[in-house]
Amino acid sequence: MRSTTGRERLLWSIGLLVVLLYALIPVVWIISLSLKETADIADGNFLPTGGVSFDNYTSLFESGEFLDPLRNSIIAAAVATFLSILLAAMAAYAISRLNFPGKTLILSAALALAIFPPISVVGSLFDLWREIGLFDTLIGLIIPYMTFALPLAIYTLSAFFREIPWELEQAAQVDGATPFQAFRKIIVPLAAPGVFTAAILVFIFAWNDFLFAITLTSTDASRTVPAALAFFTGSSQFADPTGSIAAAAVVVTIPIIIMVLIFQRRIVAGLTAGAVKG
Amino acid sequence: MAEIEFDDVTKRYPDGFEAVKHMDLAIPDGEFIILVGPSGCGKSTALRMVAGLEDISEGELKIGGNVVNEKAPKDRDIAMVFQNYALYPHMSVRDNMGFALKLAGTDKNEINRKVEEAANILDLTGHLDRKPANLSGGQRQRVAMGRAIVRDPSVFLMDEPLSNLDAKLRVQMRTEVSRIQNRLGTTTVYVTHDQTEAMTLGDRVAVMRAGLLQQVGPPSELYAEPDNLFVAGFIGSPAMNFMPAHVEGDRLRLPMLDVALRDEHRAALQAGGSRDLIAGIRPEDFEDAALVGEQARHGATFRTRIDVLEAMGSEYYAYFRNEGAAASSQQLEELAADAGAGDVPSAGEGGQVVARLGAESRAAEGEEIELWLDTDKVHLFDTAEGHRLGARERVAG
Repeated sequence: MRSTTGRERLLWSIGLLVVLLYALIPVVWIISLSLKETADIADGNFLPTGGVSFDNYTSLFESGEFLDPLRNSIIAAAVATFLSILLAAMAAYAISRLNFPGKTLILSAALALAIFPPISVVGSLFDLWREIGLFDTLIGLIIPYMTFALPLAIYTLSAFFREIPWELEQAAQVDGATPFQAFRKIIVPLAAPGVFTAAILVFIFAWNDFLFAITLTSTDASRTVPAALAFFTGSSQFADPTGSIAAAAVVVTIPIIIMVLIFQRRIVAGLTAGAVKG
Repeated sequence: MAEIEFDDVTKRYPDGFEAVKHMDLAIPDGEFIILVGPSGCGKSTALRMVAGLEDISEGELKIGGNVVNEKAPKDRDIAMVFQNYALYPHMSVRDNMGFALKLAGTDKNEINRKVEEAANILDLTGHLDRKPANLSGGQRQRVAMGRAIVRDPSVFLMDEPLSNLDAKLRVQMRTEVSRIQNRLGTTTVYVTHDQTEAMTLGDRVAVMRAGLLQQVGPPSELYAEPDNLFVAGFIGSPAMNFMPAHVEGDRLRLPMLDVALRDEHRAALQAGGSRDLIAGIRPEDFEDAALVGEQARHGATFRTRIDVLEAMGSEYYAYFRNEGAAASSQQLEELAADAGAGDVPSAGEGGQVVARLGAESRAAEGEEIELWLDTDKVHLFDTAEGHRLGARERVAG
């Protein structure tokens, strides 16, 4: 018995280690790259043995070719997330609570949109945006981000809303709440984990997008970080920009990590436990 | 002050199904009325129409004299206890109970005072700052009650509030509910499928079946004078025994014996001649013939073999079989299906009869015994319609 559990634990540990290494080696690698001196970049060592340097980071924040894209990324992702969640919450609530004609049509249209490959619309979007003046603007990025994020958010949120017992809302109505008060004071707080889950997914999608960013922007006025990385020139005209790109990649990962850490505590399953006898 | 009146109320769903059909019922102020029936009989729908959670398709519903058909739940001055309690999981017990008052804009101190008063009545004082998830089933149930009484509404609506509790707690809370209703004197509509709750709690009981009110009256009346087969079979535990009966002249032929036809039955049958009926006899109207003293005069005895004997301590339940078939009628089959065969054993299984015998009885399984039957208590029902012979005419409901 004892030896079985010992062996099991060993196998589990090995398994976990493999998964961790698989997931983290690229991250460690890029951090290591970003800390190397420009001359050491190609030395073939995994760790910065030639001495740790923050030059890449300093030049990154001094050059200006990174700060503007960073600002664009934050604005585009934040606005797209906020608007998507606001719209998706209302749509998902209606879909999960009401019976109206065309409900299944809306859901299947949303699903169809979610599986639609962005690459197939990006060309015509480029022409269209240039025609109506949305090319190289932040709004021009936010709109496609919302289009592709909304189906995802609606699906996630309607699943969460469906799990909230309808009686809670009815109890609130009997208690004297208007339908909107019931939604705001009972449903929204209970759906908070769902809202945050959807928000993170949408934010990451918008933050990581490269395809729309590279196609629909042309200057630092609207270019986001993933697109800007492709235009990095390095600290001098002749230097390889690998170090700067690595540093920028590390920097853009940080907001995502912070977001997940903040919201992780809010994404607690079982918040509704005890509402009704299960 | 807050009487409730159903005036020809019908609930029809978009697919055409009628959950409640032409319901007429007047509930006077302060009454504790029980809506009882098997699942799907429309009792919850009726309650939810009072609450305003279901639209009324036809007819008028009045609370305190005002038609409320078009009023939102919040404007009806009602409080409801849900079957699954529906406590707000993100709020403490105190906030749960005070939620309605807070919405109404009541002063904070006043809310606290009322919540603590209610907590006192319900023995929840020590739990006010806990979340519902950390409470036991009984405590959650009391919080749900507390949320209703804090508001001092003009009507309480309770939708099977005890059905999620275990058996012992249910009996305890039953007394509690009764005590609270007596104390507050608020008009209360209570829905249950449990005939024991119906019998013990209410001032009046309304039995429903397939969207139709079957009979409304005090529990004792429903028990002693059921209007039809359904009410007779639904009220009482163990349920009434049903068996085929045959009238010939002034004799009534039951499967186990012949007895004289009672005058009231003869009057109801009008013309003599022979006729097939269904007889209903409650288990307690049998007795071990050896234990019957004085009252034996208006009874009759017969011999039968006991199949199964259940000792309850204070009494015995003796099961025996009638020779010949069980009472068969369209109505009875429907009843068995409606109530679940377990609730109406003699309608479901072939000819089995249960008799309640005193604890001193010497009856034994597999042996013959002489049983006594109180012939005054034999009910006769019309085979086709299921009406009880001699039931007084009531306003159609």
